Amino acid sequence: MPKSKSAYSIPTKKQKPDTYIFVVWVDNEAGVLARVVGLFSGRGYNIESLAVAEVDAVKNISRITIVTTGTPQVIDQIRLQLTKLVPVHKVAEFKREDKGVIFKEMALFKVVGKRNKIEKCLNACKKFNPVILDETKTSAVIQITALRREIDKMNKKLKPLGLISTSRTGAVAMTRGAKIFN
Amino acid sequence: MPKLLTGAEIVFKCLEDQKVEHIFGYPGGAVLPIYDELKNHPSIKHILVRHEQGAGHAAEGYARSSGKPGVVLVTSGPGATNVVTALTDAYMDSVPLVCISGQVPTHLIGTDAFQECDTTGITRPCTKHNWLVKDINDLSKVMHEAFRVATTGRPGPVLIDIPKDVQFAKAKYKKPNKEKKLNGKSHNKFSQDQIDELVKLLSKAKKPIIYSGGGVINSGPKASQALREFVELTGFPITSTLQGLGAYPGDDNQFLGMLGMHGTYEANNAMHDCDLLINIGARFDDRITGKIDEFSPNSTKVHIDIDPSSINKIIKVDLAIVGDVTNVISKINKTISKRKNGHSKSNKSSIAKWWEQIGKWREKDSLNFVNSDESIKPQHAVQRLYELTKNKDTYVTTEVGQHQMWAAQHYKFNKPNRWMTSGGLGTMGYGLPAAVGVQIAHPEKLVIDIAGEASVLMTMQEMSTAVQYNLPIKIFILNNQYMGMVRQWQELLHEKNYSESYSEALPDFMKMAEAYGCKGIKADSPAELDDKIREMIDYDGPVIFDCHVDPNENCFPMIPSGKPHNQMILGPNDQEENKIKGKGKALV
Repeated sequence: MPKSKSAYSIPTKKQKPDTYIFVVWVDNEAGVLARVVGLFSGRGYNIESLAVAEVDAVKNISRITIVTTGTPQVIDQIRLQLTKLVPVHKVAEFKREDKGVIFKEMALFKVVGKRNKIEKCLNACKKFNPVILDETKTSAVIQITALRREIDKMNKKLKPLGLISTSRTGAVAMTRGAKIFN
Repeated sequence: MPKLLTGAEIVFKCLEDQKVEHIFGYPGGAVLPIYDELKNHPSIKHILVRHEQGAGHAAEGYARSSGKPGVVLVTSGPGATNVVTALTDAYMDSVPLVCISGQVPTHLIGTDAFQECDTTGITRPCTKHNWLVKDINDLSKVMHEAFRVATTGRPGPVLIDIPKDVQFAKAKYKKPNKEKKLNGKSHNKFSQDQIDELVKLLSKAKKPIIYSGGGVINSGPKASQALREFVELTGFPITSTLQGLGAYPGDDNQFLGMLGMHGTYEANNAMHDCDLLINIGARFDDRITGKIDEFSPNSTKVHIDIDPSSINKIIKVDLAIVGDVTNVISKINKTISKRKNGHSKSNKSSIAKWWEQIGKWREKDSLNFVNSDESIKPQHAVQRLYELTKNKDTYVTTEVGQHQMWAAQHYKFNKPNRWMTSGGLGTMGYGLPAAVGVQIAHPEKLVIDIAGEASVLMTMQEMSTAVQYNLPIKIFILNNQYMGMVRQWQELLHEKNYSESYSEALPDFMKMAEAYGCKGIKADSPAELDDKIREMIDYDGPVIFDCHVDPNENCFPMIPSGKPHNQMILGPNDQEENKIKGKGKALV
C-alpha cells in the first residue's frame, strides 16, 4: 500500500448496505422538509424516494416516508440524527423485506397508440389494480399501485406498447394488523 | 388590555427574562430597530466588534468560560454570512449561542433585495435549529424556545432571523413557559441497571482507562467535581480530549495528559492496551481514534454521553449510558460508595500492574524537546508562560495549529471552563475574539490567547474591540513565520515542499500594537523571556506579545495518519536514538 499523505484515516472495512424505509412525523412548518433532506445530503446519506404530505391538520403533523440505503450503523445514525431535529416528533424505520409492513408506490402511465396496444397495457398491469383515469381514442392514463421494482418493470415493459410518460410517487408505508408504528 | 410592544422591544424583554447581560454584535440596516431600542435596557451591555465572525467567537468565549449562552446580534446579508464560521465552530464544539439576525422586510424576502440572503437556509446545517419569524405574534415564543434549544441536551448554536417590519410591528409579550415541552428529546433516561453493569465492569477491570471530553465541561462545574471523585474512588488512570482539559487537574498523578494525534505516549498506549475504556462526554473524534480498526482492540467500551447520536457513530460500544454527565457520574459514585468494601480493596491492587506499565510509558517523557540557549523553543515559551501564570486562575484561549497543541500539551489546567479552543472545526482566528468574550465574562481575571502569527492575523481587527472596552487580554504570539502545522505536515508527508506555508511579509507586531493603541512586547531570546512575560502580565491593558520562536520546531509526539495509537512518532531525542539503532522513525 502506498504511504498515505492524508491527515485523515483511510476508509477500511465496508459493510453491505441494505434498503430501509424511514417514516418521520414532523411539524408541518416552513423549512421542515429542507431540514430532513438537508440532513441526508449533508451527511452523505442516500435518498431513493421521498413522499410527504400533511396527515393531521389539527395537530399540524406531516408524515414523511423516505426510502434509503445504508449499513446498519448508518441506518442507526440516520434515525438518531432525525430524532434530534427540533420539529421531528417520531421516527420509525424498517427493512424493505419486513413482512409486517405494507410498502406501496403509485404510478401514472400515459400510453399513446391504437386501442389494442392500450388494451395490452391494461392487461399487463392487471396485477397492480389498474385504473383508467383518462381515455381518448388514441390515448389512456393508467394508474397502478405496486412495489418500486414492479413499477420499474412495468415501465420497461410498456415502453414498446406506447408508453410516453411516467409519473410516480415515492413509497408510502403502513404496518399490517392493528399495530401502528411504535 | 395588555400593552402592545414592538418586535424590537420584545427582543429585549426576552433577553432580560433570559438574564442576558452581554450581547456581541455589529449594527446594520436590517437590525436598526433593535439597535434603536438598546438604549432603553441598561442591564444589557452591547459589545461592538469589528467583524461579525469576531462577535460569534467572542460569544463562544463568553459562553465557554461562563457556562451561560452567548448572544450575537448581526444584520442581514453579509452580517449573517460573516457569522457562519462562528456558528459552525460552535456547532462542532457544542457551545450554546443565540444569534439574532436582521432580515429584509417580509414583503421583500425572495426578491434579491439589498443585503438580503437566505439566512435560515445558509445556517440550517450549522445550527441546532433556526427560525425565520414572519409573524410578530410568534416572536416571544420563538425567542424563549431558542434559548431552550441552545442550552438543553447537547448545547449548540441557534439563529433567529427577524425581518425588519417584524421588528417594528406590535404584539403582546409572552413570558417564558416554565414547563418544558421536550418533544421526546429528553436524554437523561439512563437506568440504575446500566449503572450497576458499569460498576460491575469497573470491579473486573485489570487495565482500565477513563477518557473524558468536552461533555464534562458542558455539564457544568459539578460534573468536574463528580469526575474527580470518580477517579479517586476507582484509582483509574484518566486521559482527556482537547476539549476536556481542565475537567480533571492537569498536574495530578492519575492524569496521563491529553490523548490523540498529539497526545502523550502514555495516554495513547494506555488507550490501545486497555481492557476497559470509559468514555465520558467525548465523541471518538478522528483526531482521537486514529485508525478505527485498530482502535483499542481488546477493550470493553463504555460510552456516557447526552447525545444519543454520538453513540456507535464511529466506535461500537458495549455499554451506552445516555444522560447528563453530572447525573450519571454522581449516580455511579453513589453506587460505588455503597459497595465500597469489596470493590476498593480488590480493584486498586488488581490494577497495580497496569500502573506499573503506565509508569514505563511515562519514562519516555514524550513531551520532551531539545531546549536551546539561543532561540526560544515554542514549547519552552508555553512552559514558562504556565509557570508564571499558574497561580492566577488564568483563562487561556488559542488559535489553531502547532501553538494550540503545544498549549494543550504544556499548559496544565486545574479547573473547568479555563481553556477555550476551537477543536472540531479548527478555526484559525478563534482565539483573539474568544479572549475578548472571556474577558467580558471575567473582567478581573487574566486572559491569555496563546496564538500563532498566521492565525491571529485572521481576526486581528478585534484588538480594536479590546482597546475600546479596555479589556486587558494578552495576545501571546508564538511567531515562527510559518503556518506551523501546515509546514510540519509538508515536512513529514510532502517531501519538504513548503508550498505557500511561509508568510513572506508579516507585519511588525510592535507597530501594530501601537497602531491599535495597546502595548507591544517582543521577545527574541530565552534569556529575556521570563522578564518579558512578567511585563506582559503586570501591564494593565491589552498586550500583543511577539514571541519569536524557532521556526523549524515540530509538534511531537504525533500519530501519523492512518496509524493506531501504539505507533507514534516521538520527539527528536527519541528519533535520534532510533536512527542509531536503525529502527526508523515509527515506534511500535
